[in-house]
Amino acid sequence: MKKKASAYPAVYLYRRIVRAKLFIDQHYYQPINLNDIAHEAYFSKYHFIRLFKEAYGQTPHQYLMTQRIEKAKVLLSQEHIPVATICFEVGFESVGSFSSLFKRRTGITPQVYRRQERRKRKLMQKQPLHYVPGCFASVSGWTP
Amino acid sequence: MITKMSHTCIYVLDQQEAQDFYVGKLGFEVRTDAPMGSNARWLTVGPKEQPDLEITLMPIQEGIVFNKETAKSMRDLVKNGTFGFGVFETPNIRATYEELKAKGVEFVKEPTEEFYGVEAIFKDNSGNWFSLGEKR
Repeated sequence: MKKKASAYPAVYLYRRIVRAKLFIDQHYYQPINLNDIAHEAYFSKYHFIRLFKEAYGQTPHQYLMTQRIEKAKVLLSQEHIPVATICFEVGFESVGSFSSLFKRRTGITPQVYRRQERRKRKLMQKQPLHYVPGCFASVSGWTP
Repeated sequence: MITKMSHTCIYVLDQQEAQDFYVGKLGFEVRTDAPMGSNARWLTVGPKEQPDLEITLMPIQEGIVFNKETAKSMRDLVKNGTFGFGVFETPNIRATYEELKAKGVEFVKEPTEEFYGVEAIFKDNSGNWFSLGEKR
């Protein structure tokens, strides 16, 4: 007989870890105290960090930074707001630390990322067929 | 020699709702969003960890591909869960299962030990189903 994996007691641990992860997802732009999240998930801080890393491959702090950078990437490509404003909107406290982490994670500065994304977006609008493989374009009747 | 698959296609009932599901619930990112005339978008998404795959969210609508009758048949088939479109992998199926469930994703099979690993099955918001697997 097959064993249901969810019947393992570990499921309760995962629920608590997921709850903490979703808390970060929803509050990434606020000053987040990881001690509070560990407490919220009913873990000691070190136990929490270990289990979180086991589940997501990153520590809670690294994951929070990833979320902030990912949100910044979306804003940089879509919005016409200054880089400094985006930096604070996603939860960083200084433009310097935001820019250096952004560059470390993506290999380029926020300004260069914005230029690249805007160029790509403009091309998508002007020449959308450049992005559609021929088989899909022809079956859909999309021609230049 | 074929080395990999770069694009694949999922038929969906509503393109915008599908985007909300794949981005908002599964955590995928939009790869391409290009307007194709007044009533169509070329919209592709993919898992953040797999940048070289584009999954096209193709709406089922009357046009060149489907006529009125075949569009209705296709919509009914998708809604009724006729199609399984693939397998997504996760390094931690129990955490992913709990997270997607918390976000309201419908599972038709909870994580279960199989000979190849642990597998769950979920449906997208059109009715297409997918396996979610953690390899051994």
